[in-house]
Amino acid sequence: MSEPRLVEVRRNVLKQNDVIARGLRERFREAGVFVVSLVSSPGSGKTMFLERTLTELQPRYRVAALVGDLATENDALRLARSKAPVKQITTGTLCHLEASMVENALQEWELQQMDFLFIENVGNLVCPSSYDLGENLRLVLMSVTEGEDKPLKYPTIFNTADVAVITKNELAQAVEFDWQAARQNIESVRPGMKIFRLSAKTGAGMEEYLTFLIQQRDEQRAAALGA
Amino acid sequence: MHELSIAMGIVDAALEEARRREVQVSAVHLRLGVFSGVVKDALLFSYEAACQDTALQGSRLIVEDLPVVVFCAECQAQRALDSIQQFACPVCGTPTMDIRQGREIEVFALEVVDQQESSSPSDQTGSRQQSTQSLDASNPSKQEVEL
Repeated sequence: MSEPRLVEVRRNVLKQNDVIARGLRERFREAGVFVVSLVSSPGSGKTMFLERTLTELQPRYRVAALVGDLATENDALRLARSKAPVKQITTGTLCHLEASMVENALQEWELQQMDFLFIENVGNLVCPSSYDLGENLRLVLMSVTEGEDKPLKYPTIFNTADVAVITKNELAQAVEFDWQAARQNIESVRPGMKIFRLSAKTGAGMEEYLTFLIQQRDEQRAAALGA
Repeated sequence: MHELSIAMGIVDAALEEARRREVQVSAVHLRLGVFSGVVKDALLFSYEAACQDTALQGSRLIVEDLPVVVFCAECQAQRALDSIQQFACPVCGTPTMDIRQGREIEVFALEVVDQQESSSPSDQTGSRQQSTQSLDASNPSKQEVEL
């Protein structure tokens, strides 16, 4: 038998996902839909936050949501209360969404009929960071009850996200949430990151965040039309 | 844990390259950015499972860790980060998000031997010979099963 030799192949393992994600991003751009994904740990208030977002945007915009969950359809049922079209992606044992799942889930939907599409990832702060879903904006959520050092524990997901949203702010005082420390930690792992502090329960802080989303969408539309 | 699906992606990529080049793979060299979101130990563990019943069974996964490298606008230089908890130039302290390296999950190279022109199925021959050493040491009975 001949001696082993080394051959260079240079294959990006996630290339397939990246290619699909790029295709999705292009389709979103052509259809004029602004796509926002949400990542967080389980229990950070993602679903309530998204329900409120859908409800408040709906009078003025056409909104829809895809929701990733391991086994149940509870989140989709909750979000359906907002009257927006909602589709569940049940991932089974998979801990994250991949671009192909988003592509499949969108098959029966007319992207042209949407202004905003939200994609709620599986509750997990590790695995989703590796997978591009073709979104325009990635939000990472953390609730005040999780502790200020969450960004330092999960730097990868915070760094790959565009915006941080601190949720359940109505509980901040009760849990003695150190806002300055949280801000510093976010700034350390993701310099210049946009941060919102809000309560989906009381609605405090929602307006500023929604204004930002609408502004981002307008800018993206202007850039797409100009291109 | 998404390392199993990553491991399966590695195996698929390596198998495809091996088929195209008509070679047997004895080891896969992977370049793994420390910022890839993949846990190395979990990946090594998953790799063995992903290789089961493929032509890569018995092959090794050799992982090269790539540090995060950023570009510092102040120093006009590329710098490796000491910690992924702080995205700032380790020399002058200027915060930076200009990431040049650290997110890679790349099958960089394969250690291969040419497929033999023997009458027996080549994939079995290859994997058996390559894995003899480790099987002898760790689990002699496994070799029996494979034969």
